[in-house]
Amino acid sequence: MTTVLTAGLSLKPQHYDAALACPAAGLWFEVHPENYMVDGGPRLAWLEAIRARHAVSLHGVALSLAADAEPDPAHLARLAALARRVEPALVSEHLAWSTWRGAYHPDLLPFPRTNESLARIADNVSRAQDVLQRRIAVENPSHYLHIDGHSWDEVAFLKELARRTGCGLLLDVNNVYVGSRNLGYSAEACLDSYPGEAVMEIHIAGHTPDPNLGDALLVDSHDAPVAPAVWALYERLIARIGARPTLIERDDNLPDFATLLCERERADSILRTPLARAA
Amino acid sequence: MNAPAPTTLARFQDAFARALLDPDAVPGADVAALAAQPAFAVYRNTVMKGCIDALQANFPAVARIVGEEWFRAAAAIYVRAEPPSEPTLLRFGATFPAFLGRFEPAADLAYLPAVARLDRFWTEAHAAPDGDVLDPASVAGMVPGALARTVLQPHPSARWAWFPDAPIRTIWSRNRSDAPWNGELGWQAEGVLITRPGGAVESCGIDAAGSAFLDACAAGATLDVAAGAALETRCDAGLAQVISTLLGAGAFSRMKSIGDSPEKEPS
Repeated sequence: MTTVLTAGLSLKPQHYDAALACPAAGLWFEVHPENYMVDGGPRLAWLEAIRARHAVSLHGVALSLAADAEPDPAHLARLAALARRVEPALVSEHLAWSTWRGAYHPDLLPFPRTNESLARIADNVSRAQDVLQRRIAVENPSHYLHIDGHSWDEVAFLKELARRTGCGLLLDVNNVYVGSRNLGYSAEACLDSYPGEAVMEIHIAGHTPDPNLGDALLVDSHDAPVAPAVWALYERLIARIGARPTLIERDDNLPDFATLLCERERADSILRTPLARAA
Repeated sequence: MNAPAPTTLARFQDAFARALLDPDAVPGADVAALAAQPAFAVYRNTVMKGCIDALQANFPAVARIVGEEWFRAAAAIYVRAEPPSEPTLLRFGATFPAFLGRFEPAADLAYLPAVARLDRFWTEAHAAPDGDVLDPASVAGMVPGALARTVLQPHPSARWAWFPDAPIRTIWSRNRSDAPWNGELGWQAEGVLITRPGGAVESCGIDAAGSAFLDACAAGATLDVAAGAALETRCDAGLAQVISTLLGAGAFSRMKSIGDSPEKEPS
């Protein structure tokens, strides 16, 4: 029987003990696999202990799918080995690049969405899925820059990527909101255009105004509670496409585990509404 | 034959990556319009902060000694010179101890590179492969004749060093925690052994004989040769005590007999 994932939480070392003991039904945890690509030791032992109690999702930040190069075979092999070890419920990555010509830039960098980049990324996603022997979900990153060279709208680009490769999508509602505010488009229209059947997972998270530019530039900082506007978009999305595994993504300025569980409970209750079940 | 011309995407990524790490460089035509936008700083800051945060997490004793502001300024220079080559940032900073050794503003802190080396040892031990820890009793029962054909293999997590010039272990271990610094620091030679005997990383003091013994074992020497190397250091502690300390700390994973014609044990 497949476990039904409800709402999940980012797993942080500070919360290992509380996470391990938490009895909430359907609770699952997401980790960045890069933090567990070690030969042995306490990190892997902890992840395996968590995995023995809860479902786990591997959310990669470094496959660099949008780089004009094949994913680093060594990195992909390590990811596949970790996936064999923890048997994750989901594996996801980003529509972005981070590794380029041997240097790793720890961020999710943008690129012009063109036919050329689509072909390259489709190759890279297919290669990753072949090695991992599973369907992955590809996430929309946050946007900050006006790029002139786009010939594809992002959702159309993701739809076509999913059509060519069979990959699923990880829809980050906070990233849609942040991008809509920074670049000036309608978050509602963007969300409404997502192909619901391709969405394997949803992220919601907190953001903060840029320290220098204020509200003119929102930063996808993952260091604050989910904003009211993002909750509203999330409810709208769930009402349209139905329940999906939903992560409260929190990486910084961590509150205690009980506070995160309250946020998680809010998402869980939205997933359990009659509207979500009917969609 | 000429290499194929770079694609538009590759040109974009070359120019973007350059603009990220070097704010003073004139951005290439492909990204000039992007680097001119105030929001470009979000990417610059995120990349730089990600690298510096990782380095600070990997070198906590160094950061405590020099203070956060100094550390982050030095780390920024290091990151620009030697950015991470792989995404598991736990491993970032392999060359940071050597960087500190030639970093002019750190010249007054001669012990800093050695402290950085121990921070690095801690990380390596933390992420090393799992392996059994050799039971001290298995060595205790060994007959003298077996020494010449027995090799002790250091545990994959074991790291050690001998510092003849400074109390590096004391300086390092006192700066691995936020505990207040009590008492005097005796300026003396010190050695350190870092292991992971029960899952968590631990450290203990060793002397020159212990360090020499481990060096010999790591090189594949038999026990009698390793013992000879330890005795050459002319340490005060007896050999049995040295080996007992190492075994007790979980420095070895297994004992291997070499040669397939074992001598007859004296009856």
